[in-house]
Amino acid sequence: MKWKSLIKVALKSIMKNRMRSFLTMLGIIIGVASVIALISVGRGTQADISGKIQSMGTNLLMVMPGASGFGGVSRGAGSWHTLTIADAEKIENEATLVTQVSPVVRESAQVIAGRNNWFTSVQGVTENYTVIRSWPVDRGAFFTDRDVKAMAKVAVLGATVADTLFPGQDPIGARIRVGNVPFTVVGVLGTKGQNMMGSDQDDIILAPATTVLFRLGDGKWINSITVSAVSEQETEAARSEIETIMRRAHQLAGSEENDFSIRTQTELNEMATSVTKMMTLLLSAVAGVSLLVGGIGIMNIMLVSVTERTREIGIRLAIGAREADVLVQFLIEAAIISLMGGLLGILLGLVTAGIIGKAISASVVIDPVTIAVSFLFSGIIGIFFGFYPAKKAAALNPIEALHYE
Amino acid sequence: MALIELNNLTKTYRMGDIDVHALRGVNMKVEEREFLAITGASGSGKSTMLNILGCLDLPSGGEYVLGGVQVSGLGKRELADIRNEKIGFVFQGFNLLPRTSALENVELPLLYDRAGRIKDPARKAIEVLTRVGLADRLHHEPNKLSGGEQQRVAIARALINEPSILLADEPTGNLDTVTSMEVIEIFRDLNRQGMTIILVTHEPDIAHQARRAIELRDGRIVKDVVL
Repeated sequence: MKWKSLIKVALKSIMKNRMRSFLTMLGIIIGVASVIALISVGRGTQADISGKIQSMGTNLLMVMPGASGFGGVSRGAGSWHTLTIADAEKIENEATLVTQVSPVVRESAQVIAGRNNWFTSVQGVTENYTVIRSWPVDRGAFFTDRDVKAMAKVAVLGATVADTLFPGQDPIGARIRVGNVPFTVVGVLGTKGQNMMGSDQDDIILAPATTVLFRLGDGKWINSITVSAVSEQETEAARSEIETIMRRAHQLAGSEENDFSIRTQTELNEMATSVTKMMTLLLSAVAGVSLLVGGIGIMNIMLVSVTERTREIGIRLAIGAREADVLVQFLIEAAIISLMGGLLGILLGLVTAGIIGKAISASVVIDPVTIAVSFLFSGIIGIFFGFYPAKKAAALNPIEALHYE
Repeated sequence: MALIELNNLTKTYRMGDIDVHALRGVNMKVEEREFLAITGASGSGKSTMLNILGCLDLPSGGEYVLGGVQVSGLGKRELADIRNEKIGFVFQGFNLLPRTSALENVELPLLYDRAGRIKDPARKAIEVLTRVGLADRLHHEPNKLSGGEQQRVAIARALINEPSILLADEPTGNLDTVTSMEVIEIFRDLNRQGMTIILVTHEPDIAHQARRAIELRDGRIVKDVVL
């Protein structure tokens, strides 16, 4: 038997029944298209989130109050008041693997500037914060360590706050009131955009940590300490170093649990990707089911086709086709149908991924391995579900098949 | 040695609970270059006999020797190969593949020609189609051809593998008298050129065109005459 002629025969029979062949392919097309679209968009979203986490700053570590979840009952991170500015200073002075440290004091307040007012988050930080978060000022200047020491009432506005309070004006040097405390605007931050949770990072006011802590906060407890390690590779080493320093600072005995927790960017990354991975997995399962349904569709139509072509099979057997020849002919036909379906599905999937990506403004990552695997997989589905009908065709009795009406 | 030898050939079908004895001990020899007509009423066993001669079916008992090969004991694969290499079939209903040109229909058996005896299928197909007078119908599909032309395509298809025997099952059953005679004339021509032909028919006129006629009744040969 000649493969070339076999493929020609199969193609001819597919082309003779264009509409039916297309309908047979449809299941595979939809299955493959959804796999490709979902995985492309899933990967893209994952990349977006990683990118956003990266944009939070390089080699970032966050020290949060509260235990991170060892032992019996654990309260959520951040639920305790355990961190102070002194802790931040200790880390800055003693740790060797960190470059920048900034305490973060988070408050919310109504901010008034002239006739405009706005409710926003006020964060007390130090000058290092702009470096850690790679967040430069756009206009004016950031406040200095001297401002922090002096508890100066100066503020740097996020882009959104600046636009809201000072539409079309230069806010540098302007006076604003945060709660009851008057501040002078010294700078405006560059635009940072949305974070991975979708909230506007530019809707913020930064002020010296001491000022926020003593003028707006409770004067003792800070919300977190943001640290950047010397390099990404040293993040884990920096973590244990900070842990040691913190345990000593908090005078914890050997058996006591940490009253703080340290998060690294890698962890945040993992957390976020595990969510998208879960989604991708779930959606892929749905796509897998539609591929299965597509396969059953192929089997269905092939069975009809075998019945319809009983006479043809009889003729082939009579002129000397072996059972294996008929089997192979129908298998090739099934494989070609499903591979064509796979190909169309890949095209449709890529187009769909592009459209979805545009619609939800997510990136689309096209993975050649995924495409190759879907293509191969559709061929396997064709052969698997084509086998039973092909076997049935090959087992026909030539005499009965020849006289089939 | 005879081309075909049947020794006490029997065929019994089981239909439900009843055994149907289609052939009850047939003895027959066919030499090369013979033109044999098998006649008989319907149910006489002539179709069964043709199916066995054509290796589409196996006998229940007795011997069938084709060109020195004992067919009775062969498996499905060997039967398929014999059908491909040694036998050419012509059917009553033409049995051409629809929406497939005359040329492609005729080439079809070569798809299964494992030995690769014919080197240039297209050329060979044109040659046999020319032999049956259809040189100008190569690219016509069956539904564009008359009944007689379709049957001639089927004959060409039967000839392409250079078989040792041509088996025809009621080849004129679907044709009018004039066309029937044209088709029979092709058979006579082929026979004159040396082809062994066995033809099953219930029409005495057709049977008379052969050189030898056998009549079957109830699964036995009741008459064997040279015409």
